[in-house]
Amino acid sequence: MLHTLSIGELGKSLKSGQTSSVELTRHFLGRIERLNPALNALITLTAEQALKAAAAADVRRAAGEEHPLLGIPLIHKDIFCTDGVRTSCGSRMLDNFIAPYDATIVTRLKEAGAVMLGKSNMDEFAMGSSNETSYYGPVKNPWDTTKVPGGSSGGSAAATAARLAPFATGTDTGGSIRQPAALTGVTGVKPTYGRVSRYGMVAFASSLDQAGVFAHSAADAAIVLRAMAGFDPRDSTSIDAPVPDYPAALEKPLTGLKIGLLREFFDGLEARNTALIHEALKIYRSLGAQTVEVSLPHLPLSVPTYYVVAPAECSSNLSRFDGVRFGYRCEKPKDLLDLYTRSRGEGFGAEVKRRIMTGTYVLSAGYFDAYYLKAQKVRRLITDDFRAAFAQVDLLIGPTTPTPAFAIGAKINDPVTMYLNDIYTIGANLAGLPGLSLPCGFVDELPMGLQLIGPHFSEAKLLNAAHKFQQATDWHRQSPRGYE
Amino acid sequence: MSTGSLTRQDVQKIAQLARLSITEQEMPLYVTSLSSIVNFVDELSRAQTGGVEPMAHPLDGQHQRLRPDVVTESDNHEKHQANAPAVQGGLYVVPRVID
Repeated sequence: MLHTLSIGELGKSLKSGQTSSVELTRHFLGRIERLNPALNALITLTAEQALKAAAAADVRRAAGEEHPLLGIPLIHKDIFCTDGVRTSCGSRMLDNFIAPYDATIVTRLKEAGAVMLGKSNMDEFAMGSSNETSYYGPVKNPWDTTKVPGGSSGGSAAATAARLAPFATGTDTGGSIRQPAALTGVTGVKPTYGRVSRYGMVAFASSLDQAGVFAHSAADAAIVLRAMAGFDPRDSTSIDAPVPDYPAALEKPLTGLKIGLLREFFDGLEARNTALIHEALKIYRSLGAQTVEVSLPHLPLSVPTYYVVAPAECSSNLSRFDGVRFGYRCEKPKDLLDLYTRSRGEGFGAEVKRRIMTGTYVLSAGYFDAYYLKAQKVRRLITDDFRAAFAQVDLLIGPTTPTPAFAIGAKINDPVTMYLNDIYTIGANLAGLPGLSLPCGFVDELPMGLQLIGPHFSEAKLLNAAHKFQQATDWHRQSPRGYE
Repeated sequence: MSTGSLTRQDVQKIAQLARLSITEQEMPLYVTSLSSIVNFVDELSRAQTGGVEPMAHPLDGQHQRLRPDVVTESDNHEKHQANAPAVQGGLYVVPRVID
């Protein structure tokens, strides 16, 4: 079955001529047609372009070209601009927006020969932890369709878990790759801030946003990340540093690796979840790693810090949506102010408006010092805690989320409860660190994620540690019933 | 505006600053939820931050790059303006501002 093969296996199959990219693309398009209606994971299908791109990939391969992603299908989160294809960001505001250019990562994956099948559903403007804020309706979790898949990259996560594509792209501002990866039982990587270009990625909170990948294994994610990452002069915060050969680093033995267990991540964690993490630590010890407990005393402040910094940046970034140059415009505006306020009021959903207003408030005269400046100071304290921890250990480990996937509708009316879903993931964004979530077991028949966090630019080490764990376990090989 | 919980007037002021129209039906939702968010982030006031430098960017030592001031893109205005709600002669059309 083509959808159960790894990217490496698919590459071999393509190389030997056993299958073609066109056949592979048809196979996944068929799965999407059959399985997506129950999941709502994809909101735009680009079947015709995909078959053309697949045929072109087959021609390139016949001409002797080789790239591990040549002819491999993928799904892009609908936050990435795709030339000539609607880029909605899950919002009514951009429901009619046809991107006039490709995001850098779209270009890079296209150049590698990867084939876009379509675009995935997401929380509106990437603001949400359950994929319920999308203008296009919630995404369902393939493990249990009454449950959320997490968010904001919920569509990419659900599509990967349901094997609608070998991999999918995502973005992570406060956990939006790692949290849905955990809740759907796939591997998700959020690279170091600046490692992957943000050009053409609709901005939410510019000092936190980072693009990454969902895949079935760390080995597959390593192949994709290598193709996505690297300097881009079009992104002013892109890092000009060589991209390591991530796949080549996967097999390094973990002997002597020092792993820090984050004490703050276990306060109040349910016993069954704690037990899964301790099982994972046992495996790491059997692989030669040492584990020690570490404390990051300011980490419990990461959620309130984030919910000042991110809305502040969002209120500024989303001021571009004015109903004038692109996006939604209200009917019959009576003057320019009415055009602005009603286009924005009608074009944005409730959570986006809430965040814009939170951001406007914390930046407003009289409140800037008490909220925004204060949060920026606490952000430094949290970052310094991580730095001190990485002076003692190579990687930090803990759960990705406090609970497995929750019911659709359970938290959507209580923003603060919803925000606390990201309690374990936000720290890495505030400090700009790379993080990875990988499946580590089940609670109530729902997948749980193990989170690894490393120092800046330690993606190779994270992928190596995740790969070794996946060689010793088979949690990442489990598929939800009906999607095997 | 006062810290802690927000009033309807506070939310109206914020919405006006943010150029968002909020309907009468929506208003109670925002008064309640924004108040709970503000109360939640008020937790930050407990942190000892004397002498701490505010952090605006996650990677230290990064500087804005400069580039030569030359044209690098071709004229794509028609493609870009195809997304505009109203365009006339290459200009964006908005309601009359000056009578």
